[in-house]
Amino acid sequence: MPDPIIIIGAGQAGASLAARLRALGYDGPLLMLGEEPVPPYQRPPLSKKYMSGELDLSRLLIRPESWYEEQNVQLRLSTPVASLSPRERCVTLADGTALRYAKLALTTGARPRRLPASIGGDLAGVFTIRNLADVDSLAPTLVPGKTMLVVGGGYIGLEAAAVGAAKGLQVVLVEMAPRILQRVACHLTADYFRDLHGRHGVIIRESAGLRELLGDGGRVTGAMMADGTLIEADLAVIGIGITPNDDLAREAGLTVDNGIVVDGSCRSSAAEIFAAGDCANFPWRGHRTRLESVQNAVEQAEHAAASMLGAAGDYNPVPWFWSDQYDVKLQIAGLNRGYDDAVLRPGKREGSQSVWYFAGDRLVAVDSKNDALAYAFGKKIIEAGRTIPKAVAADPAADLKSWAMGTAR
Amino acid sequence: MPKVTWVLGNGKEITAEVPVGHNMMEAAVAHNVPDVIGECGGCLSCATCHVFVDPAWFAKTGGPSEMESDMLEITMVDRQATSRLSCQIISAPELDGLVLKVPRL
Repeated sequence: MPDPIIIIGAGQAGASLAARLRALGYDGPLLMLGEEPVPPYQRPPLSKKYMSGELDLSRLLIRPESWYEEQNVQLRLSTPVASLSPRERCVTLADGTALRYAKLALTTGARPRRLPASIGGDLAGVFTIRNLADVDSLAPTLVPGKTMLVVGGGYIGLEAAAVGAAKGLQVVLVEMAPRILQRVACHLTADYFRDLHGRHGVIIRESAGLRELLGDGGRVTGAMMADGTLIEADLAVIGIGITPNDDLAREAGLTVDNGIVVDGSCRSSAAEIFAAGDCANFPWRGHRTRLESVQNAVEQAEHAAASMLGAAGDYNPVPWFWSDQYDVKLQIAGLNRGYDDAVLRPGKREGSQSVWYFAGDRLVAVDSKNDALAYAFGKKIIEAGRTIPKAVAADPAADLKSWAMGTAR
Repeated sequence: MPKVTWVLGNGKEITAEVPVGHNMMEAAVAHNVPDVIGECGGCLSCATCHVFVDPAWFAKTGGPSEMESDMLEITMVDRQATSRLSCQIISAPELDGLVLKVPRL
């Protein structure tokens, strides 16, 4: 029996990688190791429909449990890995079992940043949102009339605020930066979401640094802000970003720098070890990046699977993301990194709009809110490597389709 | 339970029972129907679960919503008259026997 391909990490990337290996005809032994007790599941609904109770676990699974057996994928859950030995091509589990591999894929994902215990980060009633277990413990505390403090005005924090507000909690969101979405969107998009949350009763405080979470009997009771104001709260959700799970790789001597460093074919610095998804840092259009999205987890994992089977070629995604808050669907095409101008295009429906980001004359990203057509055409333009004049992008009467198809002039 | 048949690009057929209330994208993924991807998990963000509804069934499934119709603009294979995103077709007793054609990617 040949040594198996081992996949460490049973999340979106791991599941996609396994499926692609099989789809590409790999019929050798395949083993996937997961730390969590459940088969790979979709994370995005955790802060949305699963948190609100609209979706149950069975609907969250990426593939039904039977799929792994049918595909002859050996899925070992609740199985943390202790270490790797690239030289021996060996994985050692936390229980001491040593497993040899022919090739190894690291799809270990990321973990949420937490507040240090010294400022109350370990109090009961303080939650992060990443895993099923996080939301299973958070959801029962969403009781109408209670106060939820959200620390961090990025997408996770805003989504949690939306679920909390919809459940009838008083929600206070604090953001240290001068505005929400500072790192990921322009002020036009931030204005839109500030207004949306305001209309749902969420109090948003920007330029609001947190000094510490306060507790009583080990349970959170509120927060003391840097300016000395006190916010009382029954629970706190911390949404201050994620850190790649690159420790195993680092300890094994692989090159690590804000994630596991891979080349365009998803190869790490060690022979026969590949990485994909949130944990992987890859070359993209002249610089290195790490993307935190489902799309990247799926597509990079599929690229890695092909590379593991000998295919050549560099991974070159056009990133896209989404977020759902209340009845607003935000869709983002491209990456706005490095933009120097953004224009607003009013949508055709109430509350719909899109923001078009430019670096010089080149369209780099589109944020659309309840305007899927703007997203769709913007994505096409970016994918094709074309652009659109700013004045056309901003004109709601202008035809986008001809620009998406490349027939406009 | 309603039975649904996917007709693949190569003419092969896959038939499965789909629980009422589940959508046709998750059913397709569960049954390994190739080329129905469902990357966004069924939230109308990716257009990777595009199918052509058999014309005989289109009256029963109905057409796309406005948002869905917008998303059908970016399918890998161009939309046709009975195009739908299969995550938006929800299994129901009256869809027993439904036939969906899968575009060949």
